[in-house]
Amino acid sequence: MTQLEREQWDVVVVGAGGAGLRAAIEARERGARTAVICKSLFGKAHTVMAEGGIAASMGNVNSGDNWQVHFRDTMRGGKFLNQWRMAELHAQEAPDRVWELETWGALFDRTADGKISQRNFGGHEYPRLAHVGDRTGLELIRTLQQKIVALQQEDFREFGDYEARLKVFQECTVTSVLKDGDQVAGTFCYERESGRFFVLEAPAVVLATGGIGKSFKVTSNSWEYTGDGHALALLAGAPLLNMEFVQFHPTGMVWPPSVKGILVTESVRGDGGVLRNSDGKRFMFDYIPDVFKEKYAESEEEGDRWYEDPDNNRRPPELLPRDEVARAINSEVKAGRGTPHGGVYLDVSTRMPAEVIQRRLPSMYHQFKELADVDITAEAMEVGPTCHYVMGGIAVDSETAATPGVQGLYAAGEVAGGMHGSNRLGGNSLSDLLVFGRRAGLHAADYAAGLTTRPAVDEGQIDAAATEALRPFGAEEPAGGGAPENPYSVHQELQQTMNDLVGIIRREGEMEQALEKLGELRQRASRAGVEGHRQFNPGWHLAIDLRNMLLVSECIALSALERTESRGGHTREDWPGMALDWRRVNLHCALNDSARDPSADPALSRISLSRKTTEPIRPDLLDLFDKEELVKYLAEEELHE
Amino acid sequence: MSASTTPTQSTPDSSPTGAGDVASTVPAQAASAAPATSYEAKFRVWRGDAEGGDLKDFAVEVNEGEVVLDIIHRLQATQASDLAVRWNCKAGKCGSCSAEINGRPRLLCMTRMSTFTREETITVTPLRAFPVVRDLVTNVNFNYQKAREVPAFVPPPGVAAGEYRMQQVDVERSQEFRKCIECFLCQDTCHVVRDHEENKTSFAGPRFLMRVAELDMHPLDAAEETGLDRQTTAQDEHGLGYCNITKCCTEVCPEGIKITDNALIPLKERVADKKYDPLVWLGNKIRRRTTG
Amino acid sequence: MATGTERPQLNTGVHDTSRAAITARHLRTDRWWLAPAATAAGLLAFIVYSTWRAFGNAHYYAAPYVSPFYSPCLAQNCETMKGGPNLEIFGGWWGISPALIILVFPLGFRMTCYYYRKAYYRSFWASPPACAVAEPHKKYSGETRFPLILQNIHRYFFYAAVLVAVILTWDTVLAFRNSDYEWGHMGLGTILMVINIALIWAYTISCHSCRHVMGGKLKHFSKHPVRYRLWGWVGKLNHRHMQLAWASLISVALADFYVYLLASGVFDDPRLF
Repeated sequence: MTQLEREQWDVVVVGAGGAGLRAAIEARERGARTAVICKSLFGKAHTVMAEGGIAASMGNVNSGDNWQVHFRDTMRGGKFLNQWRMAELHAQEAPDRVWELETWGALFDRTADGKISQRNFGGHEYPRLAHVGDRTGLELIRTLQQKIVALQQEDFREFGDYEARLKVFQECTVTSVLKDGDQVAGTFCYERESGRFFVLEAPAVVLATGGIGKSFKVTSNSWEYTGDGHALALLAGAPLLNMEFVQFHPTGMVWPPSVKGILVTESVRGDGGVLRNSDGKRFMFDYIPDVFKEKYAESEEEGDRWYEDPDNNRRPPELLPRDEVARAINSEVKAGRGTPHGGVYLDVSTRMPAEVIQRRLPSMYHQFKELADVDITAEAMEVGPTCHYVMGGIAVDSETAATPGVQGLYAAGEVAGGMHGSNRLGGNSLSDLLVFGRRAGLHAADYAAGLTTRPAVDEGQIDAAATEALRPFGAEEPAGGGAPENPYSVHQELQQTMNDLVGIIRREGEMEQALEKLGELRQRASRAGVEGHRQFNPGWHLAIDLRNMLLVSECIALSALERTESRGGHTREDWPGMALDWRRVNLHCALNDSARDPSADPALSRISLSRKTTEPIRPDLLDLFDKEELVKYLAEEELHE
Repeated sequence: MSASTTPTQSTPDSSPTGAGDVASTVPAQAASAAPATSYEAKFRVWRGDAEGGDLKDFAVEVNEGEVVLDIIHRLQATQASDLAVRWNCKAGKCGSCSAEINGRPRLLCMTRMSTFTREETITVTPLRAFPVVRDLVTNVNFNYQKAREVPAFVPPPGVAAGEYRMQQVDVERSQEFRKCIECFLCQDTCHVVRDHEENKTSFAGPRFLMRVAELDMHPLDAAEETGLDRQTTAQDEHGLGYCNITKCCTEVCPEGIKITDNALIPLKERVADKKYDPLVWLGNKIRRRTTG
Repeated sequence: MATGTERPQLNTGVHDTSRAAITARHLRTDRWWLAPAATAAGLLAFIVYSTWRAFGNAHYYAAPYVSPFYSPCLAQNCETMKGGPNLEIFGGWWGISPALIILVFPLGFRMTCYYYRKAYYRSFWASPPACAVAEPHKKYSGETRFPLILQNIHRYFFYAAVLVAVILTWDTVLAFRNSDYEWGHMGLGTILMVINIALIWAYTISCHSCRHVMGGKLKHFSKHPVRYRLWGWVGKLNHRHMQLAWASLISVALADFYVYLLASGVFDDPRLF
């Protein structure tokens, strides 16, 4: 039996981004003793990177907005593959979640009558994004962080201990969800600073670990985004949903190489920025797909008028959903009309006076000035697609955020799948975090409170988790001879593989090649070894995270190979059209037998894929759309049901 | 950048790896950029832990457009896989990669290599105001402790969520302070605690005094109604009096927040209103005497 | 570069045992000492000059100009300045230079000014000498105790400084006379006095206490549009507080020196009209 520290909690939240913190606040307010565990320092989560805003149909700027319109936009953006009940709840509850932030001290930008200001964004019919300049994510995370501190101050007054009912374990990593039968029993964790193992025993675990971007080379995501929650769920027996849908944000920086991939916010386009190719042409007018023809301007003049008079003009195509813009940029560059560094031009300098740019896009101004030596008030930015978000994720129940199959396991935020369908609209992620973070916290707390006996932690699982985590230190003598693998090289090759072979445009042969390569990388990863000791050792941390990235990458490649159509964040060159029959099909990934067998050859695939037919969309929700629009998305038999 | 001086250079080739995708043109470009512009830089990086340590010399490749964090990562990947460094977004937005470069508190990700000469030896150490954990990582718990000591926002009683009305001009001052990314460089550079460990108990540091100012200027904060005087407590409990406004916090702030001029000095003036204005003091004394 | 080796090893501050073990008290490679050295030199030069002039009790009036160091002149032993700032509040018992009475106020204003505090804490007291350069003091209590807690009365010196500035403004108006006290004339001295008074006002108005009084103390700008606008203007000037502090310091010394030169007969004021 491994000797280690154990603590008892009611709810353990893995991840301290927007979803995790919102879940923790809710669980604590429902009376659950709640622990939050995160890989970074408290308040550094990737949510701080969100720039544009939080989508919520408050109707402060255009009173025509309401939840139905927001729901429609979300479904259109996701190409109707969304788990519709999630999209409905999200649209209905987002305004309350935003207003609530104000009661915790958030300071959004204001309208003239003192309400929360809202801005335009791609795919949203009305100005809908509550924002603070272009640092909305920072405001969100800070507000939630400060709310957690406020709750801790309450506990301090009551119990003399800030951490009596709500504790943040910062710079700690969870490597395994422990189970008792099919119930969650706790998490196995290590402290990054000391390398010390510990166990948090808890009947309910909320996974809120964010995304998977670090499996790709060009990404806007931070090192934390190694698909931990996805892998933890898989390993605990919960399936992943539609992992083929990966969003490539159309505008990432392309130069200099060390910052390639860093995000350029969509607000640049929302506020008037335009995309041009090397011929100076606003090429997006050539890329308006049929399903969006009626909604977007046909001429530059009309598009420009829209910023001033949105009721009588259609929006410019720069504001199409992200998948469309990313593909368009990709095509332009491919056709030889790219910039010197392989992107296209995004220009605000000719569209707005310098002081307006500095006021409305301060972080972008700062980012380009500091990192690329480009003054965006005087010259155009060079941008290109960057891996940004995964729409796929852990399959969850729409109402409760519970995973099917594992009792007590919940997921919220980017790690959960379904909400965004095949493509996420900008601004919908922050609202997603709040709406489903709260729901996950609420149901996790209620579930924990409703149990009469606490599930028991299995010592065997703890020992196995400890052995697995320590393996990189014992890798000096690989069975087949040779030196241990450098985890950094394996990681770099994984990123290159996913970027090149399962990237923005996908082909059957390449994905097969990727799966083969992933098998080889799994083998090498199993031999990855590290130097030094357990105290704050980044090489060791990476070696552990590799397991997660490889699992998730395999799910992405397998699902992408399986789905023979192009839809949202999944574009097949060999299957270019959207196939109506695929709309009702969800792809589920689960672990197969060789994954459960520690002695199995790591080169063997560890994922089994299955197709699941989705619930029909509720008729009253379908009624929100015109018949003519529905025929573009829904198969004949769905329309008649 | 020889390979990509013309747009056509980034058109797809027929390689089996599908290099036609925008994203996959990177390696080719990075590789072609390297020989023309890369050089070997001299680095001195502090390695050690709470028991001790010292500055270690490294020679390491530097390419065009790189920042110090890129170089630290290259050291990790090629020469010192267990070199501990804290980082996250690599875009100056999260405030994780704080360290000291040539003796100045900086973000590793926002310090471009082009600001140094090629001959210069670049010294990188952990923050020197906080206990060291390992290599470039320090224990910053002091800051989280101080964050807890500042009473939270008090919502106005009787105003429901969704009913909050605030004017842009009224929120702007606090919004400036909320740009803070909590990199704690200001806390690190402030001599009150950097040079005097014993002051850590009584001094909140610029970041959290700024937090007090932010709440005191929040148009709807109702602390006063609950009997909490943020101004007096700034002096009595958070140690505003220790600040001698020497402005190092403002100098190091990567967000360009005017911490001293816009937060600390206005807060000192507010404290003066409450505590050090003889007229106010006299008025209070007289009032107390007549009522007492 | 000088390191901490010659300094007694205090196990505090950056050499506290919990901190990274680095012997140097700083690792800065730039010329960090330049700014405090220049500041110290500039302030010292002014102190020496102004002490000499303030105690001199001579050559401070050359009709129609009065030295800003001696205005208003509050004792009986002042020179008579026609229409000028003679206010014999102190009567005849004051025997030494009358400048010492009035200089207390601008001196106090500048001594407690938030910019000058930074300047002399850094350059004279080395607390700290520069950012991230360890200071040599064992203990530090900042402005929490007597005497430095008195810095909090800056605003009263600000009010006094405004009064002095009003009087200096009147002196400047009087400078539009000739030496026979006839109005409508100007000389080089007039120009110097105009520049000086403009800089003194700009420095005085740009003070942080002024910014606070104008509107900084308010919680809701939107309810006080006029004060908000005033706060905004003062704020703009306040960005330049340091530059104005130096410019006005130099201009006041120059204005005084010019009067000295005239009064001691070195040369005559070039008249414009």
